[in-house]
Amino acid sequence: MTTLWPRIEPLLARVEKPARYIGMELGSVAPEYRPGQVSWLLVYPDTYEIGLPNQGLQILYEILNERPDAVAERAYAPWVDLEALLRSEGLPLFSLETHRPAGSFDVVAFNLSAELVYTNLLNCLDLGGIPVRAEHRRDDDPLVVAGGHCAYNPEPLADFVDAFVIGDGEEAVGEINAVLAAHRETPRGHVLRELAQLPGVYIPSLYDVDYDGPVLASVRPRYPDVPERVEKRTVADLADWPYPKHQLVPLVEVVHDRLNVEVFRGCTRGCRFCQAGMITRPVRERPADQVRTMVRDGLRRTGYDEVALTSLSSADFSGIEGVVTDVLRDQEGTGCVSLSLPSLRVDAFTVGLASEIQQVRRTGLTFAPEAGSWRLRQVINKLITEDDLYASVDAAYSQGWRRVKLYFMVGLPTELDEDTLGIAELARNVVAIGRRSTRGASATVSVGGFVPKPHTPFQWFGQNDVPELQRKVNLVRDGLRRSGAQVRWHDPGATFAEGIASRGDRRIGRVLERVWRAGGTFQEWSERFDLGRWLDAMAAEGLDPQWYVTRHRHRDELLPWAHVAAGLHEDFLWGDWQSALAEHGLPDCRWTPCYDCGVCTDYALEHVVGSPVPPAGGSQGTGQDLARGGAVPVRFLEATRAR
Amino acid sequence: MRGDTGHPVRLRFAKAGKVRFVSHRDVARAFERALRIAEVPVAFTQGFSPRPKVSFGLALAVGYESRAEYLDVDLRDPWDPDELGGALSAGLPEGMVVTGAAPLAPRAAALQEAVSAVAYELVIAGLDADALPDVAAAALGAETLPVASSRKGQPFDVDVRPSLRRLDADPSTAFLSVELSTQPRAARPAELFTAFRDLAGIDAGDGEDRVLRTHQWIERDGARLEPLEADRAAPAPPGTGPCALEACA
Repeated sequence: MTTLWPRIEPLLARVEKPARYIGMELGSVAPEYRPGQVSWLLVYPDTYEIGLPNQGLQILYEILNERPDAVAERAYAPWVDLEALLRSEGLPLFSLETHRPAGSFDVVAFNLSAELVYTNLLNCLDLGGIPVRAEHRRDDDPLVVAGGHCAYNPEPLADFVDAFVIGDGEEAVGEINAVLAAHRETPRGHVLRELAQLPGVYIPSLYDVDYDGPVLASVRPRYPDVPERVEKRTVADLADWPYPKHQLVPLVEVVHDRLNVEVFRGCTRGCRFCQAGMITRPVRERPADQVRTMVRDGLRRTGYDEVALTSLSSADFSGIEGVVTDVLRDQEGTGCVSLSLPSLRVDAFTVGLASEIQQVRRTGLTFAPEAGSWRLRQVINKLITEDDLYASVDAAYSQGWRRVKLYFMVGLPTELDEDTLGIAELARNVVAIGRRSTRGASATVSVGGFVPKPHTPFQWFGQNDVPELQRKVNLVRDGLRRSGAQVRWHDPGATFAEGIASRGDRRIGRVLERVWRAGGTFQEWSERFDLGRWLDAMAAEGLDPQWYVTRHRHRDELLPWAHVAAGLHEDFLWGDWQSALAEHGLPDCRWTPCYDCGVCTDYALEHVVGSPVPPAGGSQGTGQDLARGGAVPVRFLEATRAR
Repeated sequence: MRGDTGHPVRLRFAKAGKVRFVSHRDVARAFERALRIAEVPVAFTQGFSPRPKVSFGLALAVGYESRAEYLDVDLRDPWDPDELGGALSAGLPEGMVVTGAAPLAPRAAALQEAVSAVAYELVIAGLDADALPDVAAAALGAETLPVASSRKGQPFDVDVRPSLRRLDADPSTAFLSVELSTQPRAARPAELFTAFRDLAGIDAGDGEDRVLRTHQWIERDGARLEPLEADRAAPAPPGTGPCALEACA
């Protein structure tokens, strides 16, 4: 198949930011197609600016292109202006490197990082000339694959995706490639059966789903060689995977536009709302010297003057201070290199680290207490005391930061109005502390509605309805009038739609198709979101949105993702849910005895950490020794039915 | 940005092919990265938020190609200008090529102020090559060429005739060669396309107009100078500067 570039080029003069569609990034490859290779189109179903930095996609792009029997190109969802031109010209979704049609690839693989992009996946398939529903695809249509965090509940996309990869993709992608290379000119059904034999690969069309009224009754494999449960894939040691080696450097400014070096994967802080922390266990640190090498080589190769040490909470990396010192020392004399790292910790240690890093530009510092009261923070296991928060912001303001960002959620389990109002009180106190150091002190309060996620202790919890979330947002907003703190919040309607997709079953596929057909693409873009489309689609399918979103689940209910395993024992999740309701915290198992969540024991894995000693301040950064009980005892209550 | 202590260099580069869709701002960012990749010792501004001392000439609109783009870079340490182009190419995207470099005199005027004339080759979509001479003659013969233009979404009327210095039509090449004065205001190629279409009596179709910037000039004392030559630094007299010190060592 030849390039579409001569037909696409004249269209680019008529669209916003045309450089999104030319490729040519430093680090990208100009693939040479040879017979026998399996060709992959890796798609991030959102705009180029959002999708390009995605590390998962970049890692797989490199791993595939290093294989002699594979070739990989990339695509991102074209913005609505180019999509309209492509459709009117009869042109398909195309790859960035050689501008080939999506339908000419052997595999079209999607990264799924958020539920609200699901309709974009359908649109990309359709724009690519690929039948949207898997059942309509013929032998010569591409294999449609999806991976990423959202694949842990694959059911809402089961109608559209041929194969899901659950968990880390580094090894699985090569195994899939080998199967496809060995089964050319083979009927599609046979290839899918072969793929189902691979660990971590879920082929939804090979399972029968039965319902008992609205309730899921069973999900059963159709053939004896298809697994009843698909177990996630885990890369045991990150040191074996120093990717991306050639991070892509876009010509267009994108989000996270900097060198990103993943310092560890997994997190065991145990925040009960956090799906990422639950599904990526155990913690696997990259060796500190490898981090240093990847930073040094990466900066030299990319020309970036900023590097982020990424993970779910990088201040928890063993010996992070030494790594930071080394990185800064390596860059001395080369100009201005800035370093950033996300941290879940709210303590003087983090502020001290930040002040070492941000010697010059002290723009903003972000803390995420997530809930407005100590009681509710125990429920969610985000064990930050008010004293921790106040000491941290005091340190930040007194060391030159003028603006602090605070992240909170509303709609958390057991939340009362006093908890919600506590957000406003915390923020007012933060501003008051700041004004002791600097008159211009300000704080930004971000409020998001909580969406319960599969494979977390809160997967049984009934999400707050739209009016309730809006009422709570208003409580915070009204409580912070004339306070010096600005309040930003997510649209509770979008939170509701996310709730439909997050814990949806296979029937939600029809809903997604209706939302897409009604024009509902780019649903995470507020100007393009309309909850009405989602509610109309639910009604047209005879489905009750409240049943999916706001209903508390019972322990004996079969959850739609139960046949996909993140390694977490259901007993552990349920026990942790009961601990949450009893307002009991749980320590971080990196540094305290194992409480057997199931992941390490079932998969014969262990934490890979550079230090067995918890960071200053204890395993949760609170200064409390959770292992010895007392104020925050560690024990599971008898399982009782959720409210 | 002219450094009193630094070593300013002026570079010329071309922008052609797919990279024509990269914006002026993103071109600047690509150059800053390429300078870091090549480990060119760029001087930094002082102050709260240091920036590399790099300044660009007239912006080129998204979608246009050029053989004559310029930027000035202030270096902390001397660097052979002839080697800069090759060193930068590793970090620049295909189609962006440094085609010349020269040491710059201290305190030379900035490109944006100094450049006073530019030349383009224009291909007008939907206009026959045979019609070009008539369009050119009509444009040059007109007293005024009023065009509706816009800036940041605000419409305004502009006369592009005062900017128009020269206009050649060669039917064999199918493009118009145009030379424009940039002061007080350079007509934009998009405005010229509108004016020429009005003269030819055709509508804007779906085809894409193409623009290639071929020259920029600095005019001084009646002479028209290529920007690399206009402010080229005199060779350092013997016995001064770090090169001489190296020679002694």
